[in-house]
Amino acid sequence: MFLMSLTAVELGKRIQNKEVTAVDATREALAAIAAREEAVHSFVTVDAEGALARAKQIQERIDAGELTSPLAGVPVAIKDNMCTQGMKTTCSSKILYNFMPTFTAEAVCNLEKAGAVILGKTNMDEFAMGSTTETSAFGVTKNPWNTGHVPGGSSGGSCAAVAAEECSYALGSDTGGSIRQPSSFCGVTGIKPTYGTVSRYGLIAYGSSLDQIGPIAKDVTDCATILEIISSHDSKDSTSVKREDTHFTEALVDDVKGMKIGIPRDYFGEGLNTEVKEAVLAAAKELEKKGAIVEEFDLGLVEYAIPAYYVIACAEASSNLARFDGVKYGYRTEEYDGLHQMYKKSRSEGFGAEVKRRIMLGSFVLSSGYYDAYYLKALRVKALIKKAFDEAFAKYDVILGPAAPTTAPKLGASLSDPIQMYLGDIYTISVNLAGLPGISLPCGTDSQGLPIGLQLIGDCFKEKNIIRAAYAFEQTRDYAHSPIAAQEKGGVS
Amino acid sequence: MSREYETVIGLEVHVELATKTKIFCGCSTAFGGAPNTHTCPVCTGMPGSLPVLNKKVVEYAAAVGLATNCTINQNCKFDRKNYFYPDNPQNYQISQLYEPICRNGYVEIETADGGTKKIGIHEIHMEEDAGKLVHDDWEDVSVVDFNRSGVPLIEIVSEPDMRSADEVIAYLEKLRLIIQYLGASDCKLNEGSMRADVNLSVREVGATEFGTRTEMKNLNSFRAISHAIEGEKNRQIDLIESGEKVIQETRRWDDTKESSHAMRSKEDAQDYRYFPEPDLVPIIISDEWLEEIRSHQPEFRTEKLARYEQEYEIPRYDAEILTNSKHMADLFEETVALCGKPKKVSNWLMVETMRLLKEHEMEPEDIRFSPEHLAALINLADAGTINSTVAKEVFEQMFADDTDPEKYVEEHGLKTVNDEGALRATIEQVIKDNPQSVEDYHNGKEKAIGFLVGQTMKAMKGKANPGMVNQILKELL
Repeated sequence: MFLMSLTAVELGKRIQNKEVTAVDATREALAAIAAREEAVHSFVTVDAEGALARAKQIQERIDAGELTSPLAGVPVAIKDNMCTQGMKTTCSSKILYNFMPTFTAEAVCNLEKAGAVILGKTNMDEFAMGSTTETSAFGVTKNPWNTGHVPGGSSGGSCAAVAAEECSYALGSDTGGSIRQPSSFCGVTGIKPTYGTVSRYGLIAYGSSLDQIGPIAKDVTDCATILEIISSHDSKDSTSVKREDTHFTEALVDDVKGMKIGIPRDYFGEGLNTEVKEAVLAAAKELEKKGAIVEEFDLGLVEYAIPAYYVIACAEASSNLARFDGVKYGYRTEEYDGLHQMYKKSRSEGFGAEVKRRIMLGSFVLSSGYYDAYYLKALRVKALIKKAFDEAFAKYDVILGPAAPTTAPKLGASLSDPIQMYLGDIYTISVNLAGLPGISLPCGTDSQGLPIGLQLIGDCFKEKNIIRAAYAFEQTRDYAHSPIAAQEKGGVS
Repeated sequence: MSREYETVIGLEVHVELATKTKIFCGCSTAFGGAPNTHTCPVCTGMPGSLPVLNKKVVEYAAAVGLATNCTINQNCKFDRKNYFYPDNPQNYQISQLYEPICRNGYVEIETADGGTKKIGIHEIHMEEDAGKLVHDDWEDVSVVDFNRSGVPLIEIVSEPDMRSADEVIAYLEKLRLIIQYLGASDCKLNEGSMRADVNLSVREVGATEFGTRTEMKNLNSFRAISHAIEGEKNRQIDLIESGEKVIQETRRWDDTKESSHAMRSKEDAQDYRYFPEPDLVPIIISDEWLEEIRSHQPEFRTEKLARYEQEYEIPRYDAEILTNSKHMADLFEETVALCGKPKKVSNWLMVETMRLLKEHEMEPEDIRFSPEHLAALINLADAGTINSTVAKEVFEQMFADDTDPEKYVEEHGLKTVNDEGALRATIEQVIKDNPQSVEDYHNGKEKAIGFLVGQTMKAMKGKANPGMVNQILKELL
């Protein structure tokens, strides 16, 4: 069997049992990348030589009994907005086309300590701004289920790499749905943890108050295992939270008896594709059958989440992206006359259209005279949304809904209408505004054979609730981890 | 001038705090060092790096706030001030706008008429310093040194309560003393650890509205501040008198030209797009923490003055000079603790030390000798081991390089000669060599004896006991 078809945990077991080596696994991953990149283009950078060297070292340490982590020797792909020392980190932007970080992101360090083999860096929407991975400066990533469609975004490269079996698992980042939405489109599983659970040190910021790193993998078990490894309290990140309850794999229990699940009516209104709606409600039925108490309720304020999000995220981004100015690293324009023109030309040429749009929007909402009307108001909306969730979680353990209103759109169909694209984030965005954990996992396919994602949302620090519900649901179906697996099974589940 | 004008001045004072490490990373704040050696991903604004607040900065800022009668904001926050400049690696400065750490304080200054006046403090906030740009005209390039990037600063913003250069200097001296007493900064204007921007406007006496103000930058000494205030006041009055308007602008003082020029007007003023810093959490200063900071406040000048008068019986004037520098006051107290002679210690500091400081254009902070050595010198003089002339000579040596006076006196054979036989022999020789002076003395010229004493001292290389010389001379004459 092809090693990249295994889940990360299954592969890790075989490596620990000496059935296969980290080098075997890495070779297979690199072979898959070589075979499928032309069609899928999940990666911005592939470090074949480095990965093999590292796999060899790790295997030696496994053999010596020094590395016993469940993921030791398992190949991973990292979204290209996480710093990796000595490996280019571009955020899929021309302005960082040659940027070589001097340090490695804390979450990636945690993986390295556990013996992960880093294959390379995955494509993304430029600076994580976009929902399709089409805003990348280094080419579009395609959905492995149907290469005429987008993989979603912004962690589209990571999700496509997992779905195309080019790696065992990947890391993504989620500011407004950037892990959950592409996971949904690519038929993989992804978790956005509670804000503060995974260190942001080394994650190149988009919206600092919303960004979280999370796992993208073939199933819930993998995601819980990866999240357990990358979670840590980090004194280098002031927003990092000290928490004791990060043994997420303890929640991998097929038991939802008595679990209270709320379905927000607001998530099933206009704009939701019928096939998506049916698949998600069918998933709720499955959980009900297993003993969960499922109820509909009104969450409220859903329509305000998108404007509030775009104000806050763009405001922060306009400042976070100011450091890319051509002075210290990255792209600098060829010809310029004086400092001001150097700034202007470097940034105009270095940033893509969507990034510029968001920098302008963010600069506008922070400018004097507009700050109160936009930014402060958005912060108030954010607080109200958190309150609405607090009220919901007083009644429910888990909130269930779709991850996205549709399945993956066709390539090129989204960018021409940014407002429509922004509206696609409607079910994921409020989770970031409230700092909550959310998981997206496959719950079926539409008539075109494209995956549909189920989203489960938990209260702050209650990842275990959503992991348990997701795991229980996963057990109800014969599950295809990827289009390749689906083909082998002779159809999709 | 037909109309009478009043000058209205407010100050923005930046003070570099004396923490060992920077405000948001562990890099050293040490002055100097090869360019970009005290740097890390955080203070060079590398992508993915994040700030972590240095607790000591909060403690110093709160301590300055408490000492200047401010209300401490126990739930304060940082904000980002956005502007592009190459010395600012992130192209935003982490500062405080919406919730500064201290508000509504004041310091009391003494006015020219001997009274006191309260100068209001609007707020004190914490922020990070920028790097340094070095322009290489030869190569036509500019290079950046980020060693200073992230050094902690507090900005003390006064109310527009000052009316003259003298009041401004008095306010700055008061602030400087408070901060030095706290150990929060050395406050050296010439080295930039204290920087003052002057906001100044003029209005007709009796007017209730303020005039249009300008902001003056690049003032590196009290002298520059005084001159800039005078110059700017006159410039604004001239404008008004000639029917022109004062433009709200930032001006730069040129110390060599003794004049200022406009840097940028209000129209060019940037919109800094302040917003709360999302990478830092709000700072909660608990009652306990605040109490701890309060309990570590040192004895300030006012308390010291009273104690010096009472405990050491030092005259007010002397006590004022001694306490005008924390270093001087510490030196005084430590020396007194060692030798127990407050008046003598005070004398050495007030007279010889001040004279030498002035001579060498040094500040009291630059004094190098230790209290141990000063105490030893006083004891030597007191015991008559050395005479006062020798003592002064030894002191100069000690002032220059903290010489151990006991060793120095021993090595150079400077002990006073009390041996009557030796003195007598020398004096006899002096009398023999100076018959004219002896005659003058006998003719009633009392002054002549002084010359003979001098000659004796000279012959004894200054080491003779002057009392004995006088006595023996008179006897022999």
